[in-house]
Amino acid sequence: MNKKILSAPYLLWSVVFIIIPLLMVFYYGLTDKSGAFTLENILAIATVEHSKALWLAIKLSIESTIICLILAYPLSMILSKLNVNQHSFIVFIFILPMWMNFLLRTLAWQTLLEKTGVINSILKTLGLPGINIINTSGAIILGMVYNFLPFMVLPIYNSLSKIDKNVINAARDLGANGFQTFLKIMLPLSTPGIISGITMVFVPALTTFVISTLLGGSKILLIGNVIEQEFTQTGNWHLGSGLSIVLMIFIIVNMLITAITDKDGEGTML
Amino acid sequence: MRNALKKLYITLILIFLYAPIVTLIVLSFNKSKTRAKWGGFTGKWYISLFKNDDIMAALGNTLLIAFVSSLVATVIGIIACIAIQAMKKRSRSIVIGITNIPMLNADIVTGISLMLLFITLGIRFGFLTILLAHISFNIPYVILSVLPRFKALNPSTYEAALDLGASPFKAFMKVVFPDILPGVLSGFLMAFTMSLDDFIITHFTKGAGIDTLSTKIYSEVKKGIKPEMYALSSIIFISVLVLLFLVNYMPKENKKEIK
Repeated sequence: MNKKILSAPYLLWSVVFIIIPLLMVFYYGLTDKSGAFTLENILAIATVEHSKALWLAIKLSIESTIICLILAYPLSMILSKLNVNQHSFIVFIFILPMWMNFLLRTLAWQTLLEKTGVINSILKTLGLPGINIINTSGAIILGMVYNFLPFMVLPIYNSLSKIDKNVINAARDLGANGFQTFLKIMLPLSTPGIISGITMVFVPALTTFVISTLLGGSKILLIGNVIEQEFTQTGNWHLGSGLSIVLMIFIIVNMLITAITDKDGEGTML
Repeated sequence: MRNALKKLYITLILIFLYAPIVTLIVLSFNKSKTRAKWGGFTGKWYISLFKNDDIMAALGNTLLIAFVSSLVATVIGIIACIAIQAMKKRSRSIVIGITNIPMLNADIVTGISLMLLFITLGIRFGFLTILLAHISFNIPYVILSVLPRFKALNPSTYEAALDLGASPFKAFMKVVFPDILPGVLSGFLMAFTMSLDDFIITHFTKGAGIDTLSTKIYSEVKKGIKPEMYALSSIIFISVLVLLFLVNYMPKENKKEIK
């Protein structure tokens, strides 16, 4: 069995369904309707409407990435100290919600967050002030954190549980206190997981149009909403592709950071 | 004290993750048609669900696309892993880099790029375009979980099988495949889950006449989700939960025999 021949079907598939489609985005983004070369579609990002949508998307996605990291790191530390046999069970707990449709799960937050919704009723019975974040950017951040938290937890958990216990014990024996051990041992060794987690959360948060549609009312437009509208409503694929190229710059920077810091694929999800 | 805090923290996160799911299950028993109000307990949505042809058609499409796309992705993924494993270091890292693109790229970009491809190729938008799109975003998940199994493999066993007169295909099926099977299964399951839960890429690659559950739900958002949808999602979720629990808690003796 010549193994070189075996690579043909997959290479062919990747070229047709990964490389060529991306080149098509660049082709459409860099041409106008007559097919002539233009930078107009890309420069359109500078218009007030588009740049506002881009900045808001960047702001919300950075905020939700930070919240995910703050929530996920201690959680992963606690989980990684549990019994090793429970590895698949932990992955299972975080993957399981995906079996409930993601649109419905996100919509359910409306029911939970509404003025007279579940959370406010509970807060009221406890005598606490209610929260009123539905249809604001706060609700969008919550939706992002909710949807993408597993993508932060799993890589960090994986890199933490791979750390040799003896290394930590050695550090303690040599006189490092808990905080020093964390700073000098745990943190550096789990960096691949952190970087991978940041990428896995930041990219989908930056580019989402669904969460903003479902939880932000129709008033809040993110760059993803603008691109989606260009493709499905306005029908201006050239402009939509041009704006996507701008988005891709962020994604490519992200991919490069991952590739440089995570050479051995240590920060993988599984 | 510390342990209690840890348990509290895990519990809070689990509540955060599962509260919407509990909400949806509760809503599936809600007599009132709007999700804002509790109108009393009913099981009627679980019956009318099966009479709703639109939802049943969308369910059929969703399951068929998820199953076929993960199956094809698994086959292509395994073949790709064999090829990648045999490559030199440089071409291997290039191929793995390309493989990672659909996973690291934004779904919206993958969606529109495939949409533009299908338009250029003149393929009619419908079942086939969704299927092709799902296969291509599923392959990386298969490769991701199968490739480490190949790396852990002892190449001598395969060569020994060949020396003992097995054909390459037979040697692969008898010697290599049992070792990579756990990776194959988890890759398939991962691909199936991703396909089932996908909305964005399907949104851009589907035609006018076809819906999966995700796109059907999205089209219902403005006018209000039909309660039957909550019922259906609850059924799917509970069956998966039960199934996975059965697999996890299968008698230990059986598990050893399979190994």
